[in-house]
Amino acid sequence: MASTNQTIINALYDDDDVLLSGVKQVREKGLEIQEVYSPFPVHGLDKAMGLKETRIAIAAFLYGTLGLATAISLTYGMMIVDWPLNIGGKPSFSWGENMPAFVPIMFELTVFFAAHLMVWTFFFRNKIYPGAKAQNPDPRTTDDKFLMEVVAGGDHSNEDIMALLKETGAIEVSVNSAEHA
Amino acid sequence: MFEFSSRLKTISYVLILIGALSVGFSFLAGGGHHEDEHGEHATMQDEHADHSDHAEHSDHASHDSHGEEAHHETAVHPALVHDDMPETDDFTYHKGASRAIPENNHFYASPEHHDAEHIHHQIENKPWSNLLVNSFWALALGLGALFFMAVQYAAQVGWSAVILRVLEAMASFIWVPGLVILIIILTGWFHIGGNHVYHWMAEGIMNPDSPNYDALIAGKEGYLNGAFFTLRALIYLGGWIGAAYMLRKMSLRFEQAGVDYAKNWAKMRNLGAGFLVFFAVTSSTSAWDWIMSIDTHWFSTLFGWYVFATMFVSALTALMMIVLYLKGKGYLAEVNHSHIHDIAKFMFAFSIFWTYLWFSQFMLIWYSNIPEEVTYYMARFGEYKGLFFTMLVLNFLFPILVLMSRDAKRNKGFIFTAGVVILFGHWMDIFIMIMPGSVGNNWTLGLVQIGTMLGFVGLFINVVFRALSKAPLMAKNHPMYVESTHFHQ
Repeated sequence: MASTNQTIINALYDDDDVLLSGVKQVREKGLEIQEVYSPFPVHGLDKAMGLKETRIAIAAFLYGTLGLATAISLTYGMMIVDWPLNIGGKPSFSWGENMPAFVPIMFELTVFFAAHLMVWTFFFRNKIYPGAKAQNPDPRTTDDKFLMEVVAGGDHSNEDIMALLKETGAIEVSVNSAEHA
Repeated sequence: MFEFSSRLKTISYVLILIGALSVGFSFLAGGGHHEDEHGEHATMQDEHADHSDHAEHSDHASHDSHGEEAHHETAVHPALVHDDMPETDDFTYHKGASRAIPENNHFYASPEHHDAEHIHHQIENKPWSNLLVNSFWALALGLGALFFMAVQYAAQVGWSAVILRVLEAMASFIWVPGLVILIIILTGWFHIGGNHVYHWMAEGIMNPDSPNYDALIAGKEGYLNGAFFTLRALIYLGGWIGAAYMLRKMSLRFEQAGVDYAKNWAKMRNLGAGFLVFFAVTSSTSAWDWIMSIDTHWFSTLFGWYVFATMFVSALTALMMIVLYLKGKGYLAEVNHSHIHDIAKFMFAFSIFWTYLWFSQFMLIWYSNIPEEVTYYMARFGEYKGLFFTMLVLNFLFPILVLMSRDAKRNKGFIFTAGVVILFGHWMDIFIMIMPGSVGNNWTLGLVQIGTMLGFVGLFINVVFRALSKAPLMAKNHPMYVESTHFHQ
């Protein structure tokens, strides 16, 4: 999120279902939701907020393929080219004929690369790294509360928006005009 | 209420007719060609022995078994299992070799050693093996569905309540292939119709004085004998059919007024959980009995799970295709994209699960390369090589690539294509489990086999859709019905 001088209205909820219907109502009114903070993933929230589909699946596939390629070159380099070992009389001079023995390595490295690089990609894209400043406007969202950030402006006055948010079941509504990181 | 359209009914009858003709033809033609084919196949086997890498093993074994043959005839043979044989290296070697490649193994036996009789038996086995492959495949569709349904009740699952009636209908199919399997077992036991699918049922094989005697098989007599074998089959089938019937009956109570639905549901949970315990044992033992005992000398501790994986993924695929058909006809309005997506995830995940188990069994045997174990795969790497690798591609590579993306799991075309491939791939898998041990090199995969499969598909359609049309497609009083209709991801 780029630094902005927009006025943000925070609405705090204490139930994920109420939050979900609140998100839908707010968007129906044509208001923009900047972000929603939740202590756990809420099913269907991404769709209700109109977020773009994640591309992490494509990244995961590519990482997995990279892991597989690494495992193949690793086993080929080590076990066939550099230092063929006679293990149980298995054909040690041909990667193809010895392939079943390498499947566990291929499987593990595929999973390892896909999982780890996905996590790092996720951290990188979300600017989560050691020393990063917390973006969370209200620490209670890490416990049992949900917070919706609505961008003020347009045809609606702040008061209208706050009234609407109260109506959707928010337990606390406040205007946050401080510069938002 | 679902109406079994007359068009689909006609299709099912046509398929059943094709199946009946195929089975009839296979039995009529089954006895015909023996004399002509003996010579041909014997030569093929010789060539095989000359060219293959394993020829040396095979030759050794041939000579060894000649030696043992001689023992047989002079009745010294039982000594093999006693300790009074001289403890020479030579004997150890002989003993090992005879365990490795038993003299009446269908593949690596000496060409002279009653081979003509074996080939004769293998050809006679063809129609029976064909029937066993297809009936086990059809059984898998029903039994896998019953297992899945029992899991839904035992775990009190919410999302799946809208598809339970489809599972019930699928589970009601079990008796049909079960009956065919029972016929195969009984005809084998009483040596009717040239059924030698189960080699251990051969006459005299457990009798030390008989030329047919096989010490290894005789050692398994306590488990592998006709009476106990048949009794076990009856227990399995009785338990499965009984559980399917009970779950269906209790599920129909959701349609009656004045029933405590929550209490009924809780009772179904107990039944489902109890059935799962029964199934955990019988799914393994039935796989040992009906499939693994064909290769009587060989055993694999993983075999039950491997067969279960085949069964489960086939049943999930069949479930998916029935759900798609019903949705296409405008039924099952409550089943939404998330339900479809989740069943497709099951198809994807259990294709990988199957591969995992298949490979776990394969790799350990391949790596250790112990003759008595590896004969199983040597048989499948010889004459069956093409089928073997095609089957792997269909069951692993195809589903993993086609069903990997989220969009594909929500696209009917993708799911349907993958479904047909998975069902056929697992049919081939069962074919490769059964055929090498029962018909050896005399296998064919042609119109008769495919026709029989279509016949069972016809039976499946007829029985399942008939059951579907007998009760409302939605158990609206099921305690999880509302939750299931709201299911989303």
